[in-house]
Amino acid sequence: MEEESIRKIRSRSERILLIISHAVLIFMSFTAIVPFLLLISSSLTSEAELVRTGYSFWPKEWSIDAYRYVFVTNWKNIGRSYLITMMNTVIGTTLSLFITSLLGYVLSRRDYNKRAILSFFVFFTMLFNGGLVPTYISYTRIWHIKNTFAAYILPGMLMNAFNVMLMKSYFTMNIHPALIEAAKIDGASEGTIYRKIVMPLSLPILATIGLMIGINFWNDWQNPLYYITKQNMWSLQSLLNRILSSIQTLSQMADKMGGMTANMPSTSARMAIAVIGVLPILVLYPFFQKYFVKGISLGGVKE
Amino acid sequence: MNTDPSKSISEKESYKRKKRFFTALDLMALPGIIYLIINNYIPMGGLFIAFKKIDFAKGIFASDWVGFQNFKFLFRSSDAAVILRNTLLYNLAFIVLNCVCGIAVGLFLNEIRNKLAKKFYQTAILLPQLISIIIVAYITYGFLASETGFVNNHILKAMGKAAVNFYSKPAYWPFFLIFIHIWKTIGYNSIIYFSSIISVDKSLYESAEIDGANRFQQITKITLPLIKPIAITLTLMACGRIFYSDFGLFYQVPMNSGPLYATTNTIDTYVYRALLQLNDIGMSSAAGFFQSIVGFCLIMIVNGIVRKISPENALY
Repeated sequence: MEEESIRKIRSRSERILLIISHAVLIFMSFTAIVPFLLLISSSLTSEAELVRTGYSFWPKEWSIDAYRYVFVTNWKNIGRSYLITMMNTVIGTTLSLFITSLLGYVLSRRDYNKRAILSFFVFFTMLFNGGLVPTYISYTRIWHIKNTFAAYILPGMLMNAFNVMLMKSYFTMNIHPALIEAAKIDGASEGTIYRKIVMPLSLPILATIGLMIGINFWNDWQNPLYYITKQNMWSLQSLLNRILSSIQTLSQMADKMGGMTANMPSTSARMAIAVIGVLPILVLYPFFQKYFVKGISLGGVKE
Repeated sequence: MNTDPSKSISEKESYKRKKRFFTALDLMALPGIIYLIINNYIPMGGLFIAFKKIDFAKGIFASDWVGFQNFKFLFRSSDAAVILRNTLLYNLAFIVLNCVCGIAVGLFLNEIRNKLAKKFYQTAILLPQLISIIIVAYITYGFLASETGFVNNHILKAMGKAAVNFYSKPAYWPFFLIFIHIWKTIGYNSIIYFSSIISVDKSLYESAEIDGANRFQQITKITLPLIKPIAITLTLMACGRIFYSDFGLFYQVPMNSGPLYATTNTIDTYVYRALLQLNDIGMSSAAGFFQSIVGFCLIMIVNGIVRKISPENALY
């Protein structure tokens, strides 16, 4: 009898908690997704409707004028930015994975004679940094990267100590020193060992970290904000950045001159550009979600 | 380390390898080392410009030393108090809310038994983490724009209230920015806590159940105490970065709107504006120097504390 009532209480408390959990998580999922719907519906609203009633989730007057503007009228500029973003992402991610994994691998080698000092050299950059001003001055005055494509990849993006440490701990845990010794006895050079043994065994970590790096490159807007002033070199994010600030000036002007933006779909077009900027990520996300979650939990739990 | 396999090969060969000064492994580490020198160490060395009056005609090294003059200008200006206050208060709010919300959502996720539902929730709440802050600024603008914004046209109007020009009313922005920060980072934080919650030994719950503990008691008596170390560590590490702010959040989301500076200007946005919009190297380098040095000291202190309470989570 007593046991029965205990079980009842237990199952009731469990059920209440389950209901609360579902309720909270449904609400949060809703809050996370709904803003994207506003972005998408805004880009599909007719310009006249936008001027009349503003952005809404279910416009009365749908229109693809904004996309016509993006893909036909102005595709020359927007397409170029898209291409630049893709190139930065591919080249940046490849280079970044290459030098990060190399350094992480060397640090994971217990027989490496400069291991301690090099670890400190890498690690110290996590504790201390020079900040924006000296970084900006050295990149522009010493390395002259202003308005070059290197500006998208070099400053702050190519490698960071945190990823090196993640790689290092993966190699330490997953690649047995005996394997490397055996290859050496067979006469393999260090380069061959890295290429033929270490890399094939490290595909999971390369995928996880590569994904994080790739998203960073795709989303980066700070480097072009600091270092790129030429319009024909803008990536998608920097194009979006300029439109965000220049429509602001446009709308201020429109106030003074009485709505001069009525003909061009500028209000919906900016949303359409934003949509095509996030679309690849939104579409691919369900497929790489697993790696993304893994990457986050890796960062939280250190070696 | 007698069992170190590297020693197992013949002594002669390992001796030969050690004698060579520059090895293949050095060569493999070299690209990374060069990058860290260019990207991190040269800028660290460049911190001295905070004590100079930079004149590019003379060159950086030949510019005149001015002692603490840049700092005097900075801390006498009315900006210093505002950017320090904003940076610290926003970070305090973020630290508390990240911890509380992250643990709460992590616990809720742990309650869900249905695998599909769990995956859906995780996927959804992580979504904002993936997108650039520029897109967030566009979405925010979609909601808050004065003429075309959703809030003014569909919510305030329906309630019979007058439209609000949000981008010139600083009082609203602490709420907006805190909300957007939590919206963007909650997925990340909850997954970090969730992954430490699921690593709790299951047998503890089983024996608690046999003793008649209900689900709430199991959470407060088992789960929470066991994730306390990781919560304290993450919170302390965040405290170590309390003088740093998310530049994108404070610059892009309020669309760099001047009237909002009272509640949106932080050290990072100030340094950026002073350097690239006002060309004031003195003030920006002084603010940056302050941030780097104080940040370094705080990280060292915080790490010292973490090392005492939970050594396995310390940075070193």
